[in-house]
Amino acid sequence: MTIKGKAYIAGIYEHPTRKAEDKSLAQLHAEVARGALDDAGLTRDDVDGYFCAGDAPGLGGLSMADYMGLKVRHMDTTETGGSSYVIHVAHAAEAIAAGKCTVALITLAGRPRAEGTATGTTSRNYGAASPDVPFEFPFGPTVVNQYAMAAMRHIYQYGTTSAQLAWIKVAASHHAQHNSHALLRDVVTVDDVVNSPMISDPLHRLDCCVITDGGGALVVVKPEVARSLRRPRVRVIGAGEAPKHQMGGKIDLTYSGAVWSGPAAFSEAGVKPADIKYVSIYDSFTITVLITLEDLGFCEKGHGGKFVSDGNLISGVGTLPFNTDGGGLCNNHPGNRGGLTKVVEAVRQLRGEAHPRVQVRNCDVALAHGTGGSLATRHGSATLIMDRG
Amino acid sequence: MAPAEPALEKENKPVSGFERKVPAPPVTPETQPFWSAAAEGRLLIKWCRSCDQAHYYPRSICPFCFGDTTEWREASGRGTIYSYSIMRRVPVPYAIAYVTLEEGVTMMTNIVDCDLDAIRIGQQVQVVFRPTEGGPPVPMFAPA
Ligand SMILES: [Zn+2]
Repeated sequence: MTIKGKAYIAGIYEHPTRKAEDKSLAQLHAEVARGALDDAGLTRDDVDGYFCAGDAPGLGGLSMADYMGLKVRHMDTTETGGSSYVIHVAHAAEAIAAGKCTVALITLAGRPRAEGTATGTTSRNYGAASPDVPFEFPFGPTVVNQYAMAAMRHIYQYGTTSAQLAWIKVAASHHAQHNSHALLRDVVTVDDVVNSPMISDPLHRLDCCVITDGGGALVVVKPEVARSLRRPRVRVIGAGEAPKHQMGGKIDLTYSGAVWSGPAAFSEAGVKPADIKYVSIYDSFTITVLITLEDLGFCEKGHGGKFVSDGNLISGVGTLPFNTDGGGLCNNHPGNRGGLTKVVEAVRQLRGEAHPRVQVRNCDVALAHGTGGSLATRHGSATLIMDRG
Repeated sequence: MAPAEPALEKENKPVSGFERKVPAPPVTPETQPFWSAAAEGRLLIKWCRSCDQAHYYPRSICPFCFGDTTEWREASGRGTIYSYSIMRRVPVPYAIAYVTLEEGVTMMTNIVDCDLDAIRIGQQVQVVFRPTEGGPPVPMFAPA
């Protein structure tokens, strides 16, 4: 069985807030749900499938179904960190194809800024029952220094430079200047990035994504429902998901799980990297984008630095426009989970509803990719390919 | 007073004048021997007798062949830095690293007893054990 053509993304919503001191977490989930259902032209009562991940409060899907008054016949709370929502789209398509639901709602929300979380520079303790904790937590693993070790190895092995990594942030900033909701709207240069304070070598402050509150939602529906709605149609045509971990100590930081999720998605969709007109690539850090682009086959392994340089990711300038909303690096990384907004901007591009200054011409096939967890220890990769239905 | 200070610094406070407090590793029945050996200054790794190779972090069930005949073996403690990063935006900067042991497995650790800015990938290192806050010591590495 394939999910190709079995489901459409009918509704999208990105919460405009970037700091939500005056809102509860459950409230944010419900607000984005309303937003995406409005966008689709559907109502809460049409929802018969619900998807959420570890950011949902309390008992997760149960607590949110309770708060929102959902009466659903299918639920999925797959948790792979920030990539969860990319996987949820694929799982929603599978559930729809199997007749388990017809209108699937996916929500994400978080408020790390309001809560004052030191997201990147403190070690997260997953508890004594997590088998890796005794062998990692004492050494101070943080989000930043984990990704930094992947960057350091890439630099060592392939001659990648900090200036090349900086081009990824530069491209994101060129896009963010047109997004009135973006947290950071100033265009930056390569010099700005490499001269920003070093957080954890070789990653500078401007190699890191923003920390924002907010969230987003998606509505995935069966083809008959999509055809009944008055919105441009975006069809799910392929997906892949894969965990990558330490492989029993045979650690190789130069690639991500995208080497598995990418080919699975391309194969199911029946397209090649050269067919993709726009990509949303998870950008927790600049290095995340560079390694992912290589792994998805947009360039050869080790050539990512050259590929992203000189504005190649800037819409209207380069060959592969990426993250035209400004991405996690400049726009939004709600709840420290950027997968959902990756799908949102890809759908905007396919609908022709991106900002006119960044809209890709004839954008008929787009890809969204998530990398959740930590690139250097264990992460979940998720690739989703969509076209105009 | 004055002459004693350099000696103290040399012995306890190699770089920044004070050291990062190291959280205690939670000890489980499955990995108790690892931590008992660490307290004696010995680095143990798990070896699978079915597929004849080491893995890390240690498990009862081999992650390669899924066999249950794993045993503890003492590692040489010698290794090479696979990658590292200096965490700077914290009160006490420190070096996190992956070190590949002679036995072939790569483990997360800290690089200590050296100038953090002189750390390089490919550098030869040797295990040293460092105290934790209320738990067994943990294996870190210093330039060989
Ligand atoms: Zn084995």
